[in-house]
Amino acid sequence: MEQSRIRNFCIIAHIDHGKSTLADRIIEKTGLLTEREMQAQVLDNMELERERGITIKAQAVRTVYKAKNGEEYIFNLIDTPGHVDFNYEVSRSLAACDGAVLVVDAAQGIEAQTLANVYLALDHDLEVLPVINKIDLPSAEPQRVIDEIEDVIGLEAQDAPQISAKTGLNVEDVLEQIVQKLPAPAGNPDAPLKALIFDSVYDSYKGVIVFFRVKEGCVRKGMKVRMMATGAVCDVVEVGYFGAGQFIPCDELSAGMVGYLTASIKNVKDTTVGDTITDADNPCSEPLPGYKKVNPMVYCGMYPADGAKYPDLRDALEKLQLNDASLQFEPETSVALGFGFRCGFLGLLHLEIIQERLEREYNLDLVTTAPGVIYRVHKTNGEMIELTNPSNLPDPSEIDYMEEPMVSAEIMVTTEFIGSIMDLCQERRGIYNGMEYMEETRALLKYDLPLNEIIYDFFDALKSRSRGYASFDYEMKGYAKADLVKLDILINREEVDALSFIVFSGTAYERGRKMCEKLKDEIPRHLFEIPIQAAIGSKVIARETVKAMRKDVLAKCYSGDISRKRKLLEKQKEGKKRMRQIGNVEIPQQAFMSVLKLDDKK
Amino acid sequence: MIKSKKGLYLHIPFCVKKCNYCDFLSAPAAEEDRKAYAACLKKEILAYRSAEYEADTVFFGGGTPSLLSANSIKELMQTLHTAFIIEETAEITMECNPETVDKEKLCAMRKAGINRISFGLQSAVDRELALLGRIHNYERFLRAYYDAREAGFENISIDLMSAIPEQTESSWEETLKKVIDLKPEHISAYSLIIEEGTVFYDRQKELMLPDEDTERQMYHRTKELLQNAGYARYEISNYARPGFESRHNLKYWSGAEYIGMGQGASSLLGGIRFHNPYDGRRYRESCENLTALRCEEERLTKTAQMEEFCFLGLRRMKGISEEEFRELFGRKLAEVYPGVVEGFVEQGLLAKQGEWIFLTEKGTDVSNRIFAEFLLDE
Repeated sequence: MEQSRIRNFCIIAHIDHGKSTLADRIIEKTGLLTEREMQAQVLDNMELERERGITIKAQAVRTVYKAKNGEEYIFNLIDTPGHVDFNYEVSRSLAACDGAVLVVDAAQGIEAQTLANVYLALDHDLEVLPVINKIDLPSAEPQRVIDEIEDVIGLEAQDAPQISAKTGLNVEDVLEQIVQKLPAPAGNPDAPLKALIFDSVYDSYKGVIVFFRVKEGCVRKGMKVRMMATGAVCDVVEVGYFGAGQFIPCDELSAGMVGYLTASIKNVKDTTVGDTITDADNPCSEPLPGYKKVNPMVYCGMYPADGAKYPDLRDALEKLQLNDASLQFEPETSVALGFGFRCGFLGLLHLEIIQERLEREYNLDLVTTAPGVIYRVHKTNGEMIELTNPSNLPDPSEIDYMEEPMVSAEIMVTTEFIGSIMDLCQERRGIYNGMEYMEETRALLKYDLPLNEIIYDFFDALKSRSRGYASFDYEMKGYAKADLVKLDILINREEVDALSFIVFSGTAYERGRKMCEKLKDEIPRHLFEIPIQAAIGSKVIARETVKAMRKDVLAKCYSGDISRKRKLLEKQKEGKKRMRQIGNVEIPQQAFMSVLKLDDKK
Repeated sequence: MIKSKKGLYLHIPFCVKKCNYCDFLSAPAAEEDRKAYAACLKKEILAYRSAEYEADTVFFGGGTPSLLSANSIKELMQTLHTAFIIEETAEITMECNPETVDKEKLCAMRKAGINRISFGLQSAVDRELALLGRIHNYERFLRAYYDAREAGFENISIDLMSAIPEQTESSWEETLKKVIDLKPEHISAYSLIIEEGTVFYDRQKELMLPDEDTERQMYHRTKELLQNAGYARYEISNYARPGFESRHNLKYWSGAEYIGMGQGASSLLGGIRFHNPYDGRRYRESCENLTALRCEEERLTKTAQMEEFCFLGLRRMKGISEEEFRELFGRKLAEVYPGVVEGFVEQGLLAKQGEWIFLTEKGTDVSNRIFAEFLLDE
């Protein structure tokens, strides 16, 4: 098919504005699937995605649309995640597109991530087509939102389709405008092959399946291709495009097209997202720019609950890394938890999702340590180290000063909640950077915040203090000097390395106290009293005690009770096996995780 | 395996009214049902005849065995003597609810060969008895007790319960003192366990139960008072004057063999643990066929025997003997359980004297934790 009849686009939106629903509607309306075949949310085929109602991994689908002018068009729709943690993935998807459909909720209007995503799309030179969704809501104010888009973003929006993706109302307008307003791909199909890898998955039969966008030239079955960054050379076994939830093989894909290939690639490391595929025999002169490499922001230790599963965990992490280049990990050892990995994530949601995927898709039982950021430790000898594991903090006498990563955050909030959100930012050591009114009732608050303060429960706190109305986006903003200390937890006077963390000295006491309280509830009573202490260096700042078990005795044990008694004792012993032994204290795995979320309310 | 004469247990699964804490296999039954049951029981007893087992203890438990008619008791005793070789000096116990016996019945029991009575008193405070759902008051118990003495019973045990609803330390002491004054030969004092399927279990939240500390104080006070009165604690919940320890119950904690007869009764025989059907109809239908009666047969492996030797044996205050362990299993206890005894001795939970290893006072309170360490990985 001619390039002029191809449209490669994505849908961008703030979370919950209806992006996935519109994607489903487009797939349905283009007739690739009948309504009866439609599962709800066709694109979200990962179990986890469907359950959480969010889109995690970018996915693509090809549909055929017969426009009002009678011509057929190929739509390559690339789905993108909406959460701030996944800007990196959004960026990958955008690089494969020529245009973007911007979905804005007719009731809520522009939100923080609407802006962030639009800017990302414009960065990639994409044409942006605004769509007003949820006009069936009683609170919908489409005209207000159209004005807002024009005022705040500066996009022409007067004839933006006003739709309800849920009911299907006016979705045809979107399809027509995609044809009319979004550009067709360019690129010379006869030039040497130049294709951008934007994703990949591992299949146990086919090996690595590479998702790519052909920028120039043509890729066909049997061709020898080279990955320009890794240098790996392989023979293309299969090329094809994306049906809804399935791969459809074809003979070739040419410039402007989006599809996949397999080439019996067994080594996950041979294909990196952002790399350029070229013809091994007739290579292009230089690779595509690829994407900006993103670095993890949040680190934590991940340990298999069963020590013997360590190789399985490594294997699973490698597979996940294949289509999630932002996930990083390296082996580490903990006295308390044994062998595991220090893993880096884009944010806390990313961490949670990886953790859940490891548990569900790979059946691993994990123990996760408290997430932290990368601190810069400047030593008195002039050396600077980047600290991802609190246990590696040098002796305080060797430390000159420490720095922590900062973010500049934008919080969009209705005026009635400005006060409470400002209080929240203040509590989280935020530095006020100004406020802009978007319209009479909505303002954009700007704060510099330590990343450390937002990785825990900032998002939840924000939602609860604004009755769900505040939205939030942030970007990294270098490092700032901070008064930080390492807080250690001692259980029965033994330091538990997996529970140590770095904290602002001003809140160390509070955090230490909460940790002790929480651990007191989590650690079962033993035959002896167990002190739980929080300490900075050798100074104990908080203490709780798990009282000794007073009574565990069976008053009666006669003939009929013996079998039952045995089962009871076996259960007791079994429970013990699931614990981590620190000195002579048994700590349930759960205890390591429960301290991750120390809520304010107690 | 411990070679010794068998203990015979007969389960009588009926009562006048179920108590609020009771999770035993027991329910009210009409006179003719009780008779029919006794008939089945006789058939089961006779089925053991050919094995010619020797026995030195007999225990009628329940339920309320004293609900059996004098005639049924006589016949059951005769049947037992027909089927088993019962030692002349055998200990033959019957559990009695004070409400169900009078002097005449007690005389008949004595005449039938019963030589030990175990009275379920539970408390000497009438209000507490009412809360437990007992059918008798203290006064009624006293009459039954003196009747039993007059009927010639020289070995009487009294069952008591601590940590029951609304009990205080002082009301518990009152119960203990009243009972001590009666000079029974044996006293069992159980801390109340709230079991699933009981009235108490469903009403747990509204029960005014003593807290854990009070409960433990009651327990330790029990030992103190009874010891001063000449009763030695010989098992976690059992006290006796010298020579009056329950020979039958000691079998359960010593690995000795016992044959349980009647609905739901458990046995340890030929190294196999099993029980009769819990279901009444199933029991009645197969009461003549010993093979058909056996449920959940489990042959005790050597490992299981070693484990039970320890976690049952340690219930006895004298504890377990390293010598005996080696004689029975051909291995040293310290080899099978490396470091276990030492660790608990260090924590003051077990003590050692010569070949004997036993629970300390502190160890008794948390004995389940200690017992769990005597399970082996298989």
